[in-house]
Amino acid sequence: MSIWMMIIVVAYLCVIGYLGFRGFKTTKSATDYMLGGRSVHPYVMAMSYGATFISTSAIVGFGGAAGVFGMGLLWLTVMNIFIGIFIAFWVFGGRTRRMGLRLDAHTFPELLGRRFQSRFIQGAVAIIIFLFIPLYASAVLIGAAKYISSQFSVDYNVALFVFSVIIALYVVMGGIKGVMYTDALQGTIMLFGMTALLIMTYVKMGGVTAAHQSLTDMAALVPEKLQAGGHQGWTSMPKFGAPSWWVLVSTIIMGVGIGVLAQPQLAVRYMTVKSGKELNRAIPIGGVFIMMVTGVAYVVGALSNVHFQQTLGKVSIVAAKGDVEAIIPMYLQSAMPEWFSILFMLTLISAAMSTLSSQFHVMGTSLGRDLVEESMGRKNNGGGVLATRGAVFVGILISVYLSYIIELKFGKTGTSIVARGTAIFFGLCACAFLPMYVGALWSRSITKAGAIAGMLSGSVFSLFWMVFIQEKASSALLLCNRLFGTRSLAIHLVDGKEVFSSMGPIVWAYVDPLMIGLPLSVLMTVAVSCFSKKTAEDHLDRCMGTKS
Amino acid sequence: MLGIEDPWVVLGYFLCIICTLICLVWGAFKWNVDDTVQEPEEEISHWAEEENRVEAEL
Repeated sequence: MSIWMMIIVVAYLCVIGYLGFRGFKTTKSATDYMLGGRSVHPYVMAMSYGATFISTSAIVGFGGAAGVFGMGLLWLTVMNIFIGIFIAFWVFGGRTRRMGLRLDAHTFPELLGRRFQSRFIQGAVAIIIFLFIPLYASAVLIGAAKYISSQFSVDYNVALFVFSVIIALYVVMGGIKGVMYTDALQGTIMLFGMTALLIMTYVKMGGVTAAHQSLTDMAALVPEKLQAGGHQGWTSMPKFGAPSWWVLVSTIIMGVGIGVLAQPQLAVRYMTVKSGKELNRAIPIGGVFIMMVTGVAYVVGALSNVHFQQTLGKVSIVAAKGDVEAIIPMYLQSAMPEWFSILFMLTLISAAMSTLSSQFHVMGTSLGRDLVEESMGRKNNGGGVLATRGAVFVGILISVYLSYIIELKFGKTGTSIVARGTAIFFGLCACAFLPMYVGALWSRSITKAGAIAGMLSGSVFSLFWMVFIQEKASSALLLCNRLFGTRSLAIHLVDGKEVFSSMGPIVWAYVDPLMIGLPLSVLMTVAVSCFSKKTAEDHLDRCMGTKS
Repeated sequence: MLGIEDPWVVLGYFLCIICTLICLVWGAFKWNVDDTVQEPEEEISHWAEEENRVEAEL
């Protein structure tokens, strides 16, 4: 690292430190913003949303996945903008904010628990979040550690250890509070960095059409293993019904695209804005932000194949030796000037920190407030505070361990571990929470029993499908093999050859749990609600604001 | 089109831009539009005080 680079790093850290301090003194929490921070600019707020949504997982993980699957991943950007921003803020935002205020709810489990007057719902939602959010946190940690390891040429485990210690210190020293100014600066740098990355990539490859054309012309170079899975080139969707198609469409695009609506850490954000105006203003800024950050990551990830083919004579996944998350860091290091990759590293680390701190915040409140205080009723003896702190600590340990073990097992196997880990969490949230959440906001007919039935059927079915049916997950989890001697119940042996159970183009072993779990959860929620005790009208009036 | 053969990928590419434009147009029209339903100040204050307590615990 040159002296200039050192100066940039130190200057950046000073600015972040100053803004963090200023934010800490003035708008240290979303609450202060609601109460008194009337002067906070909507740009600051929208950028802070963006920086929290987007982390290393999106850029390094999904960008790397685009290096493998190609530009079809742009459909995820479409889903992210239309569902994750437009629908989320316009349709879900206002109602969630108002209901959160009326019920004095401060967490996602609390909102659902109070809406359905059920401590069981609050506790169960909290447990599901606490058990599975470490998977998402580890996806973010892996992305950051891989980037640091690539930039400083250090071992992955060393990078993971050092970064985890920094994160732990950051959380302990109060960084867990949302500091909007810091987030906004990080968001602005991300926006600037990604715009520059797109322009430099297209210019380097001779323009938009020429760059895409070079990628299209490489279709014959797709590695054999990927071709066998239905890969048809980096500017084409995989073959309909093939394994690659199911991973790309059902797991990555649909799982993340729909799952974003039922994300506990995002739903909380709607509750903390001052008024409906802020939600409206976040839509254009958030839309542009998501487009420029994720859209660019996916286009550049796919185009990295052209760069590596021209410079090394290999496609990205081969150049990265099967390490999907190494594709974007390697591309930046070899194709971009040094100043850019340093700037990018700082941005990614900050982005990872803001996302991780909100994940640990959700872990802590889930266990402390929702489970111990509210669901188990231990409010007055300090059990909640202790459990909250313990949960954050345990959450960090589990996430770091998962990052270590997942990388050890799948790091060099060509599996998009970050993208898949994120998608599993998003998909599970959609199956378990989405029908109940939608019912809570809009329907007076969805009952407590219906909500419980939907949540349990959605989550239990998703887990069953992952452990016993979905081939990639069930092979990794090993339980199916141990119990039944096969890596998936949807694969059986005929004359020593593996046969995949299918129905038309649907090959069950490739189907993501979301595709069946979500409709099942919706069905159970509605069906059980039809035959169970209705919610009292006065409670519904209180929740929905209709004064009787 | 644009050097991309598969129409589904071309559609995805353009929909990214179109969706962003929809967001921008929405913002232009709704920039100063607030919720039609307004919550009383006491509700907001009470919620905020409780939120401070939750954050203090962390």
